[in-house]
Amino acid sequence: MNDMRIVERKVDTNEVKIAAKDVQVFYGDNHAIKDVSVEIEDKTVTAFIGPSGCGKSTFLRCINRMNDTIDVCRVKGDILIDGEDIYDAKVDPVQLRAKVGMVFQKPNPFPKSIYDNVAYGPKIHGLAKNKADLDDIVENALRRGAIWDEVKDRLHAPGTGLSGGQQQRLCIARAVATEPEVLLMDEPCSALDPIATAQVEELIDELRKSYSVVIVTHSMQQAARVSQKTAFFHLGNLVEYGETSNIFTNPVDPRTESYITGRIG
Amino acid sequence: MPFTWLLLILAAIAVVGYQMGRSRALKSAGGDRRVLHSLPVYYGSNVAMWAIVPAAAVLIVWLLAQPFFVNSRVLATLPDTMVSEGSSIGLVMSDVRRVADGLDTAVAQGAMSRDEALSLSTETSDVRERLGDVGVALGSAVSAEVLKGAQLYRTLNATGSTLMTVLVLLIALGGAAYAYSRSTADFRARNNVERGILALLIAAASVAILTTIGILFALLFNTIEFFKLYPAADFFFGTNWAPSFSGRGGASDLGVLPLLWGTFYISFIALLVAVPIGLFSAIYLSEYAGPKVRGIAKPLIEILAGIPTIVYGLFALLTVGPLLVSMFGKETLGWMQGGTAVMTAGLVMGIMLIPFVSSLSDDIINAVPQAMRDGSYGLGATKSETIRQVILPAALPGIVGAILLAASRAIGETMIVVLGAGAAARLSLNPFEAMTTITAKIVSQLTGDADFASPEALVAFALGMTLFVLTLGLNIFALYIVRKYREQYD
Repeated sequence: MNDMRIVERKVDTNEVKIAAKDVQVFYGDNHAIKDVSVEIEDKTVTAFIGPSGCGKSTFLRCINRMNDTIDVCRVKGDILIDGEDIYDAKVDPVQLRAKVGMVFQKPNPFPKSIYDNVAYGPKIHGLAKNKADLDDIVENALRRGAIWDEVKDRLHAPGTGLSGGQQQRLCIARAVATEPEVLLMDEPCSALDPIATAQVEELIDELRKSYSVVIVTHSMQQAARVSQKTAFFHLGNLVEYGETSNIFTNPVDPRTESYITGRIG
Repeated sequence: MPFTWLLLILAAIAVVGYQMGRSRALKSAGGDRRVLHSLPVYYGSNVAMWAIVPAAAVLIVWLLAQPFFVNSRVLATLPDTMVSEGSSIGLVMSDVRRVADGLDTAVAQGAMSRDEALSLSTETSDVRERLGDVGVALGSAVSAEVLKGAQLYRTLNATGSTLMTVLVLLIALGGAAYAYSRSTADFRARNNVERGILALLIAAASVAILTTIGILFALLFNTIEFFKLYPAADFFFGTNWAPSFSGRGGASDLGVLPLLWGTFYISFIALLVAVPIGLFSAIYLSEYAGPKVRGIAKPLIEILAGIPTIVYGLFALLTVGPLLVSMFGKETLGWMQGGTAVMTAGLVMGIMLIPFVSSLSDDIINAVPQAMRDGSYGLGATKSETIRQVILPAALPGIVGAILLAASRAIGETMIVVLGAGAAARLSLNPFEAMTTITAKIVSQLTGDADFASPEALVAFALGMTLFVLTLGLNIFALYIVRKYREQYD
């Protein structure tokens, strides 16, 4: 763990982007998330850590209402983004997801060309006025996804032909292309090798300048490397939430300490 | 010995061999199963396999070869003069066979003793009358040569059968004994049995391929025969289909174009009905319908595929035809003369094809990974955008395959056409006129008393060959399309 980097890194702003209050999630009869309240700041990388099945991915999927696509899932409590309740009846989950982008555990580029993969979001949301505009958006997104130089000569090759790490960066570029305000990442590096992981982590740090990034990870080193805030989940409860450096060096709760020292999980 | 008995004895040898092989292997291991190389079952199976397989192989080859051998021997005894008297070898041989069968029947009924059947002569008795008494009717008086031939035929067949039985049983016993002698603890029975199973699987796979080749050759020879009697150019480019049933050759016009046109027109209308409905229902079922609706609706749609096509034909004849006439007939628009029309058959055939398109497409759409949908929803796409822009393109190769499969079915469909589209071969653009297809005409050319030497009957094989080449081309095209899209979307 690179403790020096954690200490050096300062949180730029303290503005609250996402505020969750008493969130409960049920999968059928299974109570998956219990009374989670958390405030996630803008322009910050927030890491969710915890053992498998602790509910961190479920909670992440609540933030862009991806759980709506699962029939048996029920969500209670309030989640506010910029003060607006995203579970309000007025909110269209489709529009919400354009604002809250998501990157998945396994790279899932569409069976389309690299260009079309990135252009997909802007096209369905009508972000580009004409072809030249769209070209710009695609190029920008690919640049922010740190993959432009690798793919600029083969934009019309299939996205599925890229390597795993490239595919994941393509998926990040695809999410960035719709200009979201929040970027959710569900274990984005778990299917990648260490080199690709390093590239994606670098990218996440870069993205912090523009977005509020929430990342679920199984790797505590990764949480320590990329995040400013860390939340530790255990058995559906949010056990501890605070500055990453504090969580890893000076945990308050004994469960957190056991987990980060490798005794549970 | 009857054939059934031979098979039963073979089976008995296998069963006994199984038990013996199993117990011998166990005994050689001193009763300890762990010392055996394979499970005891494999030793038994190995013996049974050795008992049955070589014997069955010899049996099959013998059954195939014996008729050829007997025929040629009998034929050699017949004087050449008999054959040249305005008939063919086949006719004389069928006479011989009929007399031989008659003698068999007479012996079986006790009207004739075995020796009498062998020594019977045309000079001493009226064979035709004797056989007529036991219910075997012969067309003409039996000549001495034919009777001799028949007697030789019977003798040869009887000897052949006896030889075959003895040989097969010997081979079965020999095979069983050989495998039994090898059933010791060290013997790798499992590997042997598994190799036998592999051979069985390969044989099963080759049956399909060999049958296809056989069908192809049967069609090919008869087609060549047809083109000897009828010019190929007239067949392929003739715009008139008017076979005469009066006599051989001459007045028939056998142009395939009206039939091809009818086939394509009806198939086209059928696909026009089946593809959108099938595809849309597949999209509804796989993407929108809840598990309950899906559980009920999918089997219901698949029931459509199980209805015999003749029932669809009745539906076309009795319901759809009259309905269309009332809509487009003389009283209203005047487009339609009678209930049988391209439209009638096309619509009903389309209904028949819906489950093919929908069921296959549904499976294919379901096979698109959930990650694709998540990715699209995660970008703020709606359900319908996701389906149109991500799921359908990903599923396209499979859907094209499903559609082409449906097209093959449409081209090969017969009963709906016979009942729904009429029998008139004509070239017309009006979908409300009666037309007919290749398959329907194959049926009508071969039903009844078909003389397989006339072009009117042989044309059916040329039509069949045309159909075969068409569907083959369609399948190759389908493969090409699927491969092309797969390159793009995989």
